[in-house]
Amino acid sequence: MSNVKRGVLSASPIFRTLFSVFTGLLVGALVLFISGYSPLKAYRVIIDGIFSKPSYISYTIIYATPLIMTGLSVAFAFKTGLFNIGAEGQFIMGALGAALAGAFVSLPPVIHAIFAATAGIAAAALWGGIAGYLKARFGVNEVIATIMLNWTALYLNNYIVNLPGIKRPAATATAFILDSARTEVLPLWKISEAGKLWRAAHPVWQDILRTPLNVGILVALIGAVLCWWLLNRTTLGYELRAVGHNLDCAEHVGIDINARMICSMAIAGGLAGAAGAFHVLGWTRQAAELAAMEGLGFDGIGVALIGNASPIGCIPAGLLFGALKYGGSKLQFALRAPIEVINIVIGSIIFFVSMPKLTQIVAQRLKRRRLGRGEPHVG
Amino acid sequence: MQQATNSAAEFAVEMRRVTKRFGDFTANDKIDFQVRRGEVHALLGENGAGKSTLMNQLYGLYPPTSGDIFINGEKVHLASPKNAIDRGVGMVHQHFMLVQPFTVTENIMLGRESAGALGILNEAHALREVEALSSRYGLSVDPRARIQDISVAMQQRVEILKCLYRGAEILILDEPTAVLTPQEIEFLGTIIHNLTAEGKTVVIITHKLREIKKMAERCTVIRRGIKVGTVDVASRSESDLAEMMVGRAVSFAVEKNPARSGDTILSLKGVHALNNRGLPALNGIEFDVKRGEILAVAGIDGNGQSELVEVLTGLRPIESGSVYFRGDDITRYSPGRRIEMGLAAIPEDRQKRGLVGAFTVAENLILEQRADRPFSRRGVLDLKAIKRHANKLIERFDIRPPRETYLASSLSGGNQQKVILAREITRNPELLIASQPTRGLDVGAIEYVHKRLVQVRDEGKGVLLVSLDLDETLYLADRIVVIYEGKIVSVLDREEADERKLGLLMAGGEAVHV
Repeated sequence: MSNVKRGVLSASPIFRTLFSVFTGLLVGALVLFISGYSPLKAYRVIIDGIFSKPSYISYTIIYATPLIMTGLSVAFAFKTGLFNIGAEGQFIMGALGAALAGAFVSLPPVIHAIFAATAGIAAAALWGGIAGYLKARFGVNEVIATIMLNWTALYLNNYIVNLPGIKRPAATATAFILDSARTEVLPLWKISEAGKLWRAAHPVWQDILRTPLNVGILVALIGAVLCWWLLNRTTLGYELRAVGHNLDCAEHVGIDINARMICSMAIAGGLAGAAGAFHVLGWTRQAAELAAMEGLGFDGIGVALIGNASPIGCIPAGLLFGALKYGGSKLQFALRAPIEVINIVIGSIIFFVSMPKLTQIVAQRLKRRRLGRGEPHVG
Repeated sequence: MQQATNSAAEFAVEMRRVTKRFGDFTANDKIDFQVRRGEVHALLGENGAGKSTLMNQLYGLYPPTSGDIFINGEKVHLASPKNAIDRGVGMVHQHFMLVQPFTVTENIMLGRESAGALGILNEAHALREVEALSSRYGLSVDPRARIQDISVAMQQRVEILKCLYRGAEILILDEPTAVLTPQEIEFLGTIIHNLTAEGKTVVIITHKLREIKKMAERCTVIRRGIKVGTVDVASRSESDLAEMMVGRAVSFAVEKNPARSGDTILSLKGVHALNNRGLPALNGIEFDVKRGEILAVAGIDGNGQSELVEVLTGLRPIESGSVYFRGDDITRYSPGRRIEMGLAAIPEDRQKRGLVGAFTVAENLILEQRADRPFSRRGVLDLKAIKRHANKLIERFDIRPPRETYLASSLSGGNQQKVILAREITRNPELLIASQPTRGLDVGAIEYVHKRLVQVRDEGKGVLLVSLDLDETLYLADRIVVIYEGKIVSVLDREEADERKLGLLMAGGEAVHV
């Protein structure tokens, strides 16, 4: 019985992910070693860079927030049989929508933030929905459609950002969002006299509040749970999964497969849009002209893969991704080591996650060795 | 050792106390199985009894949990089908493994290409060899034909050829007759006879008793993973074998009262539709189904039956004509709307349209009722109600293994069919379209399905049966329409019909001579 259980455990996605993370770090160590840096020192820098100060932890969370959300976007689409390569473009639309609604509408605090976030999410949902519509109506593969929509979003963003009346003078970005739309934790109070006094008395908070800590992480966590719930506990989610797993059967039992595909892409778009919206409302306060894609949407693909395409799995996967990106960014300064090493680590993790057969073999070897040790007793 | 040499003389295959477990499910429990050289041995059992599991181990697809396998008296460890093939074991699976756009010869060569200098394929050589094998065993296969252009029966013979080409001495045929017409089954019987006449050994996995009586010499019966016994076929009657297999007496003919047909529930008027290739498949179909009757559509496969069912369920657009259901013109209604009106359909391809393989049994059982109470309240699923429903149906329809959390894809074909049947019947539809509802099922399950269909009829609902199995058609139908090249060529009352007459009509009427 215990063998059966162990078998289940070693084949589980959690084992696979942990193994992949470990192997990915090992590959990174090898690369560092070959390039003439001490892997131990480098990982020390990264770990210190993530955990050694409250503000570092806060930054890690801030980095992870959009990644969790774009990861959710990709994972959600994936669970319904669609490959959303368009999280990047949807992220841009979400950021743009939130920036405009945050800057050019005036509403009371909180309500304004909710309104601006909703505007961004809606814009991105529309963007995702377009890809879904193209697939449902004309059979256009969503991969092609979303890749093209990414570029469309980029250039649309650059066009709108530079329109007179929207562009901020002396910058290639939109006007800053109004304070009422900001989702940073107490952005005004913390720089006020009272805030400064309180912070001086609380060194940990003093450090944390130096960072643009914002409510985005809460939205990401709630979003993950909501996605899981929607997929597994509602009729809509059931239908979306049925369409994803067996289109012919879904059609046969009377599910409107075209409507469901559009719906799924719109939800995926909305999730990536939320990433963009809270990125703007909680941190950057503007939508800037983009010379190239920022990559937060594309990183979502990696997050979803590491998270085994499960909404809940996207939380640790996004945190890991964010931690590596933030902690890894310190390598350059501390060791003059190239930060590309971090991309190699992340790439390797994804590479190993994508090879379930390899982890299976490793798990079996481990098991056999463990059993092998026990054999003399049996024999 | 002595024993091994002895059995080498007699047995081509010997499996000793073979046990196979999947997790905590025992598919084969200490099974002893012996096949004599040169015999036709049937492996009989219900769906999910463990027949295919046993043979898959002989074919090296997975190793036994415990027990030994001997081939020609020699103990073997088969790590892969390649090992088995090297030992002279060949297997023809239920689902053929052929590359559609390739020719027969190309398919047979695949994996065993004989290449000359510079790696250029020596196709001419293979072609000659395939031709020789085909004529030697009377397979009548054209080695140059493309797979996509030949019939299912021919494809099966290509699979047999493939085994022979690879030097198979022991041939395992998994449910070989499930996809064949009566004439084709007879032809297969001749081929099997030719094979054993040349010294080959044949194992047929089946649950069709009539064919065992016709083709096999000995028969091993498995029930729920345990061997019941091995018997000489000649010494047992069909019902003896059925009883061994199911564990109780089975009746073949369906007991039913005369139909009390009421008003028309479904009506087709001049229906035209195209097939997937855009060619006419239905050419002015007209017939009515009445409440309280089973109307059977008889015909040879590929005469428009699939398209007809798709037109009725709303999956295929109609070019012209109309469909009336319960008095409404539903020609343009969506599949969902038709389901709401009380139309239920058991699709012919259960993997493709009948089930979501990655869903659990419980999830599959509410596919149409996903949005209805008590399974869903305000769009939120009630998992407890879904589970209760599943367990109720699992018990009532005897779905095995009885676990609502199993994935549908992990069930055997017969049990998958039971899931579909359970789902469609318990919805209490007004009209049930049953498309080949017993294809691939064993006698116990067939009896069950037939009883259920008659029950639906007796409740005053309409039943439209589309079957390629003439026996089934004759057992069940109250009226029969014969479809030929997308047209209804004849409407018969059950009393007017017999196998011969239907066979003629299905083949295109009197024009094709007797």
